Amino acid sequence: MYTLSNRLRLFSIICMVVGAVGLMAGFATSPDSIEDVKQQLASHDDHGGGHAEVKTHDDNSHDAKEEHGGDAHYEHILHQLQNKPWASLYIAAFFFFMIALGVLAFYAIQFAAQAGWSPVLFRVMEAITAYLVPGGIIMFVILALSGFHINHLFVWADPEVVKHDELIQGKSGWLNGTGFIIRALIFLGGWILYRHFAVKFSRKQDEEPTGNKWYKKSFKISAGFLVFFIYTESMMSWDWIMSFDPHWFSTLFGWYVFASLFVSGITVIALMTIYLKSKGYLEFVNNSHIHDLAKFMFGISIFWTYLWFSQFMLIWYSNIPEEVTYFITRIEDYKLPFFGMLVMNFIFPLLVLMNSDFKRINWFVVMAGVIILCGHYIDIFNMVMPATVGESWFIGLSEISAVLLFLGLFLFIVFRALTKAPLLAKGNPYIEESKHYHY
Amino acid sequence: MASRVIHALYTDDDVLMDAVKKVRSERYHIEEVFTPFPVHGLDKAMGLPHTRLAITAFMYGCVGLSVAIAMMNYIMIEDWPQNIGGKPSFSFLENMPAFVPIMFELTVFFAAHLMVITFYMRSRLWPFKKAENPDVRTTDDHFLMEVDVANHDVEKLTSFLGDTGAVEIKIVEKDNH
Repeated sequence: MYTLSNRLRLFSIICMVVGAVGLMAGFATSPDSIEDVKQQLASHDDHGGGHAEVKTHDDNSHDAKEEHGGDAHYEHILHQLQNKPWASLYIAAFFFFMIALGVLAFYAIQFAAQAGWSPVLFRVMEAITAYLVPGGIIMFVILALSGFHINHLFVWADPEVVKHDELIQGKSGWLNGTGFIIRALIFLGGWILYRHFAVKFSRKQDEEPTGNKWYKKSFKISAGFLVFFIYTESMMSWDWIMSFDPHWFSTLFGWYVFASLFVSGITVIALMTIYLKSKGYLEFVNNSHIHDLAKFMFGISIFWTYLWFSQFMLIWYSNIPEEVTYFITRIEDYKLPFFGMLVMNFIFPLLVLMNSDFKRINWFVVMAGVIILCGHYIDIFNMVMPATVGESWFIGLSEISAVLLFLGLFLFIVFRALTKAPLLAKGNPYIEESKHYHY
Repeated sequence: MASRVIHALYTDDDVLMDAVKKVRSERYHIEEVFTPFPVHGLDKAMGLPHTRLAITAFMYGCVGLSVAIAMMNYIMIEDWPQNIGGKPSFSFLENMPAFVPIMFELTVFFAAHLMVITFYMRSRLWPFKKAENPDVRTTDDHFLMEVDVANHDVEKLTSFLGDTGAVEIKIVEKDNH
């Protein structure tokens, strides 16, 4: 049995408190009115640097424009700055939620494929998916707030905007607050339901392994879940991510988000396994298991790149105005995160994890894993930020605080869930094979 | 100079593995082992070094990537930068997404084919090559271990090999030039 160390508990609580305070400060310092925006930009000018004010400089030099649309411009900036803490909160909440979801999909695949190597890691995976419930509730609350226009995250939720926007009007059959909430409820409900029964059956199988009755049930619900998952994950990506840009659409977006969440989930399994093994809790895990996880990290990183590039290149090549604006705003305003994430999510894992021997070295896998996780945070950042805060982005107080807040929550819930069951799923019919797994 | 080797035949891969380990621990030199199919762990038991084929493949892939970049940069950007459907041919980087499919394919092409050719050359395989098979049964259901006699006592060595489970033991004069 795993016991939660006090240091870890303290660390996660400190993360949560610091994150919560920082995020509240982020909300408090976001401007309330156009006057605030003008003041903030003016004081920024004194310090020099930043880029939002460079834009205003350009505008100031055109006097005609200043007189004509000056306040409209500041109102635009105001909305962006007001969105900033909300968007940071949303990105961090989604990022940690998607890790748990990716692990859940990986877990179901291991059952459906009757994998012989992974059963020793099942309890680690079950613990990570424990975050699905609180993380899902938080996601739901944020989505409900945004879907009914408490904040400005989704433009399609603003009736004023929709009134003048025929494109969004045409999509309002799908993009409306009520439907949005109902769909979120179905997605989250289905995923949490599978998680609940999969864990329950896995524990029952430990108590009563003869006949593999519970294992067979796990197998069946996993196969069913995977069908449900791939539909709902796709729709989830339209609702929760793609609808930030309601004028834009892409057909492989669901897969793209899936690759991102899948590789993050696998990376977290690897990191957790290495951590627990280093603390002496997983003596039945050998470096062949780590090697396999690292192979998955490597392969799915390249799969992610393949989808990223397929989406980017098709749109870049055809250059149709209504599609290409998506990438033009990202390349113009987010050059470093947009291309930096490619280095972190593709080139780095490609070169580091290609060698078979390196995949067995713990610190190599940890280093690659941390870079991959940061890269996929930036991936989500790139999907959400351009549509919500535009060129006023910055990775500052509210972004880092939001990550800390959810990191603390994630660690706390996951490691507390680890204490609930023995770390070896001993009733699993493949457990002996898995213990002696050697590659 | 002619040298003498002993051919010991086995009918089971587990027996063969044990025999290889015993022969090695007695410090006899195994010249070669012939098997009808890959036996897992045989290379480790024989103490063979790791293959470096994967490293060559990586380098060939790098060559392929360089060839693709150099070729397309010369043709599309330097030699005749035409405007083809509005694609920006001012610099390589600007038009790079259109080149990526070719860069990828050439990397894979070079890595795969040159590695296969390297494999053929290193393992001396080519059409019309004379087969080096000491006993035809080794391609069907027998395993053959070839042990160097050197200065060892032949009697002792053959009885030792018999103890390891060999079903047939032959002393062969080998002509190495």
